[in-house]
Amino acid sequence: MNVIAPTATPQADVSMQSLLGYVDCDIHPYFRDPAELDAFLAPKWREHRREYGARSRSPMAYAAQYPRLSPGTGMRQDAFPPAGGHPGSDLAFMREQLIDLFGMAHGIMLPLLGRGGDERNLEFGAAMCNAVNDWQLAHWCEPEPRLKASIQVNVDHTEAAVAEIEKRAGDRRFAQVQIQQRGLEPLGRHRYRRILDACAANGFPVAMHLGGTSGHASTAGGWPSYYHEEHHAYVQSMEAIVTSLVVEGVFEQVPNLRVVLVEGGFAWIPALTWRLDKHFQRLRSEVPHLKRLPSEYIRDHIWVTTQPVEEPERAGDMLSTLEWIGWDRVMFSTDYPHWDQDDPRYAFKVAIPEANKKKLFRDNALAFYGFE
Amino acid sequence: MARHVVAAVEEIPPGQSKIITVRGREIGVFNVASDFYALINRCPHEGAALCKGLLVGRMEADKPGEYRLTRKGEMLRCPWHGWEFDIRTGQSWCDPDHTFVRSYKVSVEPGETLVKGPYVAETVPVRVEGNYIVVDI
Repeated sequence: MNVIAPTATPQADVSMQSLLGYVDCDIHPYFRDPAELDAFLAPKWREHRREYGARSRSPMAYAAQYPRLSPGTGMRQDAFPPAGGHPGSDLAFMREQLIDLFGMAHGIMLPLLGRGGDERNLEFGAAMCNAVNDWQLAHWCEPEPRLKASIQVNVDHTEAAVAEIEKRAGDRRFAQVQIQQRGLEPLGRHRYRRILDACAANGFPVAMHLGGTSGHASTAGGWPSYYHEEHHAYVQSMEAIVTSLVVEGVFEQVPNLRVVLVEGGFAWIPALTWRLDKHFQRLRSEVPHLKRLPSEYIRDHIWVTTQPVEEPERAGDMLSTLEWIGWDRVMFSTDYPHWDQDDPRYAFKVAIPEANKKKLFRDNALAFYGFE
Repeated sequence: MARHVVAAVEEIPPGQSKIITVRGREIGVFNVASDFYALINRCPHEGAALCKGLLVGRMEADKPGEYRLTRKGEMLRCPWHGWEFDIRTGQSWCDPDHTFVRSYKVSVEPGETLVKGPYVAETVPVRVEGNYIVVDI
């Protein structure tokens, strides 16, 4: 028989009770026009930005290290707003595709623009960080209070970074301090301690989102040839940072410091802790400032976000991995609007027990960020 | 299983597609070099609207630096994570043994035949002189 195809589009099934009120710990807002930031820059820096522009640590000036995925430079292909502009630049469309879709309670923004954290001209970098912080409030937090901002700082300008953190202290629209994952030196180094102190003293967790430019080869074995290879190298960077924070004794000196690793995977954490603990038994006389096992510092001070969720060959192995890391240390994230974003309904290829699902999608983040 | 008239042939030129809803399911109908194919508009990986992805070729290589683009315009790349599927069969390129997208039988039939059916086309008016895309679902 012949029947007619209706043209109406049915609504997606979003009846996922356990997802209601979830928190997304990784959202990337973007500007519609780079000139948006000018409103938050002093005339001097506006002029500098126009005449000289950014000077990052990237070895290739005016170019990304690789073109990533084309077309779309690494964006989710259906995230380009119908009204035009870059993915992530249109609040109405972000609400439609993300915020309103599954009843999100809070979304943590991690802007990857302005590049103040990578800037070689430290005064300009500090000005760009400050501008992006004000831009987040004006363009996102004000019209959409579910979205929370991340304080941008350039960790190589200690005074400016501390001043920026203190300036934003007490403003609940800011959830955390965002620090470049790839820096000149590992984050545990003494030169960065005052900034980490300021984060802890003002109640801000530190978020390290993958990326940034160090100026060094991006893998421990030299420059990679492929994006596939580069992407995995972010895990190495995360391992290096966690190891540095632990072994340099940061968590002894800044006991209230909490760090969340964003988009760097998480299945590697158990293996790293096993290895660090093993070596600690043999090498503890070299690092007598450590009073506890490395795994204990990691367990108490490190959180991770989920996206892009690892997909083990045996899907059930994911449950063991999460158990080893700690169900209270893992927080859901989408990475909207990037190409490898996760959908909360399908990100995990294994059924998660309901009590743990609530922690992972909501309660851990509520507690971590101190949201109501 | 029923036969659904989903479009007039000229609505979907070569290289183009149309997303239609049949019995609550979104289905993408594609014209690849004047042959028509239909896949469900849902990626088996994370549920993205697969049929809004790009039609690309299959990139193959026996060794680095020697690339061959084959099956041009016959692979559908998911708009989210880039998983690629054979538009003709729904078979996954990265996981061919385990991952498929549901595909449907498509035929082109003359209006002359279709108007004899028990149902009158409402959203796709069928004229005797036209040709129509019919999907079996």
